[in-house]
Amino acid sequence: MIEAKFKIKRDDFSLHADLCIPAHDVTAIFGPSGCGKTTLLRSIAGLDQHRQGYLKFRDSNWQDSDNFVPPHHRPLGYVFQEASLFAHLNVRDNLNYGFKRTPQSAQTIKLEQAVELLGLEHLLTRKPTNLSGGERQRVAIARALAVSPQLLLMDEPLTALDQTSKQEILAYLESLHNQLDIPIIYVSHSADEVARLADHLVLLEEGRVKASGSIGEMLTRLDLPLAQGNDAEALIEATVVEHDEEYKLTYMEFSGGRFTVAHKNLSIGKTARLRVLARDVSITLEHQNDTSILNIFPAIVEEINEDGISQVTVKLLVGGVPMLSRVTRKSASVLGLKPGKQVYAQAKSVALLA
Amino acid sequence: MFSQPDLIALAITLKLAFITTVILLLLGTPFAWWLSRTRWRYKFILEAIVALPLVLPPTVLGFYLLIMLGPNGPVGGLMDAIGGRPLAFTFTGLVIGSVIYSMPFVVQPLQNAFTSIGQRPLEVAATLRASPLDRFFTVTIPLARQGFLTAAVLGFAHTLGEFGVVLMIGGNIPGETQVVSIAIYDHVESLEYVQAHWLSGGLLLLSFLMLIAVYALNRRFRPIQL
Repeated sequence: MIEAKFKIKRDDFSLHADLCIPAHDVTAIFGPSGCGKTTLLRSIAGLDQHRQGYLKFRDSNWQDSDNFVPPHHRPLGYVFQEASLFAHLNVRDNLNYGFKRTPQSAQTIKLEQAVELLGLEHLLTRKPTNLSGGERQRVAIARALAVSPQLLLMDEPLTALDQTSKQEILAYLESLHNQLDIPIIYVSHSADEVARLADHLVLLEEGRVKASGSIGEMLTRLDLPLAQGNDAEALIEATVVEHDEEYKLTYMEFSGGRFTVAHKNLSIGKTARLRVLARDVSITLEHQNDTSILNIFPAIVEEINEDGISQVTVKLLVGGVPMLSRVTRKSASVLGLKPGKQVYAQAKSVALLA
Repeated sequence: MFSQPDLIALAITLKLAFITTVILLLLGTPFAWWLSRTRWRYKFILEAIVALPLVLPPTVLGFYLLIMLGPNGPVGGLMDAIGGRPLAFTFTGLVIGSVIYSMPFVVQPLQNAFTSIGQRPLEVAATLRASPLDRFFTVTIPLARQGFLTAAVLGFAHTLGEFGVVLMIGGNIPGETQVVSIAIYDHVESLEYVQAHWLSGGLLLLSFLMLIAVYALNRRFRPIQL
């Protein structure tokens, strides 16, 4: 576990964070700009020092009332929003900077491994000025990995990049997550990145932790802003069970049934994330047979939130897995939706995040 | 061509400029670093003091130094008390005067260079396991190399051209405190225009070459934004 308590007060800003983060997988710290995400991350790294702070990483105390471990003695890696490569060093020497300062006994990641993970083999002799924005950020990530961190902190590493580089680095980050067992704390204000990467979510609002929990649960909690409005979504982990070569489809199973999605080249047995937007899910009382929609699941209404003038958000449980549906208040009333009611959820479109 | 005394004056000038530059780099680096990082609210007072030699007539500076370093001044008195000789009219006195006189030309470029590096590269280095001293030598100094070159060349060139301060505290002792600028003055006073031409031309060429070097290097090491 990572336990963090910080109390910071400045003229125009206060952070009053008290949180526990699992020391494995990817935890996203999510919230609007100015809510204190970056300050929180910098405090965890020890880059900002506050008198009132407590920080414990696994069994070691990094900060308490009479003890402050300086950042260069904390076994962490940090990726800033801008790549911030050393301008006087080429790519290889940038990567080497932290690597050669890491004691050999603590090296769990070899330099070549970091180079390979981020696909930097052909860039090693280049100077940072001769790299594209996406390449620079890949070097910065590899440089942070080369110190064999026990914790990787990332502060909106994709914000400064164009869409293509973003997608490319997201793919690298996913493979990193799959291949290395390093806990990552990822600060972001992009729901997209969070949906792709995060396993846990800490919701920060005006310097306070509003809620935290697993991503699936947090996205579908009707009392949180994430599940309100038009972009509400559910994430569902499902396993590839079959490919349909004739219609170019892929079938994926989860506890609530079987999804049909556009064909994707994934091996059978592989797990991947599916994103189902609340506005793409409609509700029927009977199982519809004469419809073009393929993804239809029996579901139970769990909760209804009247968060719009004419729309409501309905939380459904499909085989125990939460899913959201956004329907008009009129439909909800006509169908007599209320908690516990048996219905069918029809998902018009499902995106495979892989 | 150059007479023997002129050559000695030239050697003293170069020695003075070299020693002054080395001392200024050694003292100026930590001082400029501190100025670039401190949030002390009265730091502007120190900055103003560093800049004083830029606007003060050298004779004023030289006058106060003479008072301080002379046998009846606080520093001179101290030297006397510990059995040394007063510093006025000695080469050491010249070095002290030059260090103060050329201070802004070394401290300001260094302070600007350190400020423009910003906090980020050092924070990155800290997360890459580098201790504060390690960060200074492996990140700050290489990134500030342009500032160091400018500081060194300007400090050296400015000391070469010193006249008023030297005249006040160094006097005009051939072989000990007579520098080129004063030797030129002497030559003109005695209507020895040929010698004055040679020395003046030499100083002009040297100063010009050094400034050329600064500007050429500044162009090559254009600050890199990442």
